[in-house]
Amino acid sequence: MNAHDEERMKKLLRQAMPPVKNDAEPGRDLWPDMLRRLNANPAENLAAKHAAPAMPGWACFNSAWFDGALLAGLVALAAFFPATIPVLLYYL
Amino acid sequence: MQNETSDVLNQFGQGDADAFEALFRQHQRAVYGWILRIVRNPAAAEELTVESFWRIHRAHTRFNPAQGFEGWARRIATRVALDWLRTKRTESELPLEFCAEVAAPVATDPAVIAEIRLKIAQAFGRLPPKLRIAATLAVIEEQTQKDVAEALEISVAAVKLRVFRALRLLRKDLEQQGITP
Repeated sequence: MNAHDEERMKKLLRQAMPPVKNDAEPGRDLWPDMLRRLNANPAENLAAKHAAPAMPGWACFNSAWFDGALLAGLVALAAFFPATIPVLLYYL
Repeated sequence: MQNETSDVLNQFGQGDADAFEALFRQHQRAVYGWILRIVRNPAAAEELTVESFWRIHRAHTRFNPAQGFEGWARRIATRVALDWLRTKRTESELPLEFCAEVAAPVATDPAVIAEIRLKIAQAFGRLPPKLRIAATLAVIEEQTQKDVAEALEISVAAVKLRVFRALRLLRKDLEQQGITP
């Protein structure tokens, strides 16, 4: 498709589907709809955002290091005492 | 006035509900108009405007007052409209008020003109949403390529490429229907 064809297609498209008028506005005030939406999801409401966090303090404990240490311990145990491997597998 | 606007933006960023309402009332018309340009369906545009502001509301912690509200809101509204285009087959429900009387190059019979008009609209509706949205904004709505690029969060070169691909696919579709543009 050359530049001439491209311009022709643009012209055809504009003729078939004219632009929306600049003064287009909603047929009604949308704020009541917005309010309904906000009230339907109060957990995410801006006002609820500043409420006290629901998560208890202990839940913030980061257990990643503990998981790593436990895994390292089990690997060491299996390396030094191979007889424990079946026992570990049994409890997995 | 500038300070007042800046205050509202800062308050919205901090989660103030009154500031959100003020921004909604100030920008709902612009957001609605932008969405209507893309989806070309007034009822859907109203619903999607509310959906856009809902997403804006949820994303307020990521809002940067220094970058302004309008462009940010427009990007979110564009994403919402694109999601809608992906789920709808608009060619079957394109309101007739958004289809003009085509000045077809050769046809003069009103029935033929109406048929061509419908086929062009239907073929346009069959384009992939990403191409359709770029062509709608850049060609039909004659928005600047820079504005389209910002709204779609792509480069100007990508906008040009999408428009070109949209027009080429549209031409191919019309040719398959026996319409030589």
